[in-house]
Amino acid sequence: MEITLGHYLTVAAILFTLGIFGIFLNRKNVIVILMSVELMLLAVNVNLVAFSTHLGDLVGQVFALLILTVAAAEAAIGLAILVVYFRNRGTIAVEDINMMKG
Amino acid sequence: MIEAIVFYVFSAVLVASAVMVIFARNPVHSVLFLILCFFNAAGLFVLMGAEFLAMILVVVYVGAVAVLFLFVVMMLDVDFAALRAGYAKYLPVGAAVGVILAAELVFVLAPWAFSPSVPEAIAVPIPDPGQIHNTRALGLVLYDQYVFVFQAAGLILLVAMIGAIVLTLREREGVKRQSIPRQIARTRAEGVETVAVKSRQGVDV
Repeated sequence: MEITLGHYLTVAAILFTLGIFGIFLNRKNVIVILMSVELMLLAVNVNLVAFSTHLGDLVGQVFALLILTVAAAEAAIGLAILVVYFRNRGTIAVEDINMMKG
Repeated sequence: MIEAIVFYVFSAVLVASAVMVIFARNPVHSVLFLILCFFNAAGLFVLMGAEFLAMILVVVYVGAVAVLFLFVVMMLDVDFAALRAGYAKYLPVGAAVGVILAAELVFVLAPWAFSPSVPEAIAVPIPDPGQIHNTRALGLVLYDQYVFVFQAAGLILLVAMIGAIVLTLREREGVKRQSIPRQIARTRAEGVETVAVKSRQGVDV
């Protein structure tokens, strides 16, 4: 029983689908939505590393590193916006976030 | 055989904890399951031979991102029960989208194959792990051929850091602060006054 590329891609696909599902399921809670986005980025990373090691190309891991950076930056900015929003409005319900609507 | 067992254990816990991230009632539990998720993904990375990325995943995601989430979840005084209202309403839509996406991914995953020209397109072959270990190999590539990617990553982090500070910094009204220039520029005339006090009259303060 050998673990192939397909196994890793399947796990990543399940993880990505769960991330999408989580966004729809917790539509009111921004924090859980951000966590779902993190799950999706993790799935992308698993894909990149799986292809990288399967093909024997190191560049995939370099790009996985870049995605890791972007995910960290995204979490920091997202949570900062969340904290500012909570300070101003006292809630984080997504449906109330319509102030930027023209 | 051992590899298969380890793979299935890591992936099973990974998927189960991802499910719990989505379904947990308490967001603190969500964050803790997210941490478990990252640990298991790091295990998968080690299994694939990307040790450096596995350790970075633990340090950056578990050490920084997940703790940031935990910090925000605990700091904000939010009624999470109210946020879960209408949960069942979104379940069918979410399930439909999830099933459609999963079906599409199956359609993509099932019939694909590598092009015969793929081996020629490999930019940087992974060196033999016995000779050069993963961290060193990654460093040799990252600081040499992909130095601009590395710089761009640093720039992204800088922008994120400045953005987070600018967003959350606020000047509060009515808070007394130390002003060092004012302290230094103070002269004796501003601070001290000499008064000849008359007997039995005192001074006006």
